[in-house]
Formats: sequence, C-alpha cells, structure tokens
Amino acid sequence: MIAPRIADIWVYLSASPLLWLTITLIAYQGAYWLYARADFNPLLNPVPIAIVALVIALKATGTEYAAYFEGAQFVHFLLGPATVALAVPLYAQFDKLRQLLVPLGGALLAGSVTAIVSVLAIGWALGASDATLLSLVPKSVTAPIAMGIAEKLGGIPSLTAVLVILTGVSGAVMAKYVLDALRIRDFGVRGFAVGVAAHGIGTARAFQVSEEAGAFAGLGMGLNGLLTAVLVPVVVSLIRQF
Amino acid sequence: MLQAITTLLVYQLIGEVLVQFFALPVPGPVVGMFLLFVSLWAKGSIPEGLHTTANTILQHLSLLFVPAGVGVMVHFARVSGEVVAIVVAILASTALAIAAAALTMQGLIALRRRRAGKAPG
Repeated sequence: MIAPRIADIWVYLSASPLLWLTITLIAYQGAYWLYARADFNPLLNPVPIAIVALVIALKATGTEYAAYFEGAQFVHFLLGPATVALAVPLYAQFDKLRQLLVPLGGALLAGSVTAIVSVLAIGWALGASDATLLSLVPKSVTAPIAMGIAEKLGGIPSLTAVLVILTGVSGAVMAKYVLDALRIRDFGVRGFAVGVAAHGIGTARAFQVSEEAGAFAGLGMGLNGLLTAVLVPVVVSLIRQF
Repeated sequence: MLQAITTLLVYQLIGEVLVQFFALPVPGPVVGMFLLFVSLWAKGSIPEGLHTTANTILQHLSLLFVPAGVGVMVHFARVSGEVVAIVVAILASTALAIAAAALTMQGLIALRRRRAGKAPG
C-alpha cells in the first residue's frame, strides 16, 4: 500500500518546481555550513560541493537537467538583480576607486588579454577542438556576457556557461595561494585581480574576505565583461588570419 | 527590503529595454548596474534599505551560479575526451590572469607613489 503512494507523491513533486528549488537551497546551505566550519578555507568553496551533490541526486533519481532547471531557474533568475546590486558597493568605494584609475585600467588590460590568449594557447597545444576553444575564450567573464560572446563566435553557449563556472571556482579556490605567493597584500589589488580573472564566483569569495576586496572584485568583473566582449572577436579574427 | 528589491528589478528592466532597443553588445543587468551607480552618485548617498539588501544578496552571490553549474551533467559526455585539455587550460590561464592583473596594478601603484614622492622634492 505504502510503496505506490510514495511513487504517487514522487510523480506529483517531480512535476512541480518546489522540489528541486528546495533541494538546491539545502545543498548550498549544507556546503556553506561546511565552508564556514572550515573557517572559509578556499579549498572548500561551496559552489563545486553543492553542484556535485546535486548532480549525484539528479543521476540517482533519473531526473533530467531540464526538469531540474524548472525549479532552479528561480535561483538562476536572481543573477540579474544581483548584478545590478553590485552598483552599491561600487559606489561605497568610489572615492578610493577614483584615485586608482590608471592602475585599475592597466591591471584590467593585462588580466583580460592574459586570460584570453593563455587559454587559447594552452587549450590548442593540448589538442582541444575548435568548438571547445571558441567556447573557452570568454571563460573569465560573467556567464550572460560569456554566453553571448561564444554564440557570436560559433562556440556552444551552454558549454561556455559550465566552463565559466569552472573558471570562477578555480579562481576562487586558488586566488589566496597565488596572491600570497606573489606577496600581494592590498585588499583592493587582490579583489580586483580576482574579479577580472574569475568574475562572480571570484567576487563572491572576495566579499566573504572583505567588503573592500568585494567592491574592487565587482568592478573588475564588470569592466572585464565589457572589455572581453570587445577584445575576443578581434583576437579570434587575428588568429584565424594565420 | 521590498522597496530595495523593486528598485533592483526596475533598474534591470530599464537595462534590458535599453539593450534591446539599441542592440547593445552587453547584458541588460550590466547596463542596469551602471544606471544605478549613476543614480547613487547623483543622489550622493545610499538608501539604508538598499545597502542592507544589496549586501545580503551579494553575500550569497555564489549560490546563484549553482543551477547553471549543474548543467555540467549535460556536457560531460561531449567533452569527456577533452577534459584534461580543458581543465589544464582553465587552471593555468586563471592563475596567469590573476597574477598579471595583480602585478600590473601593484606595479602601477608603486610607480605612482615613487613619482609622487619625488615631485614635491
């Protein structure tokens, strides 16, 4: 008697967005709890832990990604308002940012060009296919901009979204170690570099460290989004000529 | 809180409309961020509710990337032959980009300090 009833409940729940929305929030909060308990150790970044847990749950229940996204889209939607909200810390740190226009501009250009050229060169040397390379180029910028760039180039936008997240997670995890090794201590410099290289996930990590680092990271992410949209088509057409 | 969320959505909406209307190459929310920044600058202060709400959302910014990240399950089979190339390229390129941006910014700040130190004598 009970088994068919559970099956009925499952059929009912899997047709509604409630189930996977709730599980997404629980998975993230579980991962965040671990992260906080480990004193915000970058190696325990909550994003990859939550993603792996959710992929396992979806595979185990035989749920398609499209069905999952029906529920999770409510979380995904908040990326838009969150991007708008970046204006607030940006304005709060504006006096500081204004004094650093030249260093910020130089760092933006150096970081943006390095990200584009190095991922193409390394990916090509290791034998990645053309479609994969074109999906990889915009990896350092926030997902909506990166997907637009990949689409125009002939890459695969939904693959780009995944590569963008992989980049963000890598940046958030490794930033502390790279910056410590280079003996860079200023929170503004640290935040800006992470925002340029690792967009929103890097910015989220920077906000967990300090509000100043977060504001600089948000600025780096926004500016690199604009610059990469301009630079990538130029770089790719230059490479295609050879 | 409600007012702050409405403000964020209104700016995003204006951003989306402008992007569609002028066929801009950037996403609507980025234009919305720019417009909100200009508004705050013109006003000269941040309304308290907006400050609190923005900080709350941004503290959990990484949650918002989880649904798109779960999309890895769709692409796993397609890229399984290229996993090494993709992972190595991303890790190395991200480390290089962080280092390039940080060293350039720190170098330019140091250069300016040295000049500022010399100028007045």
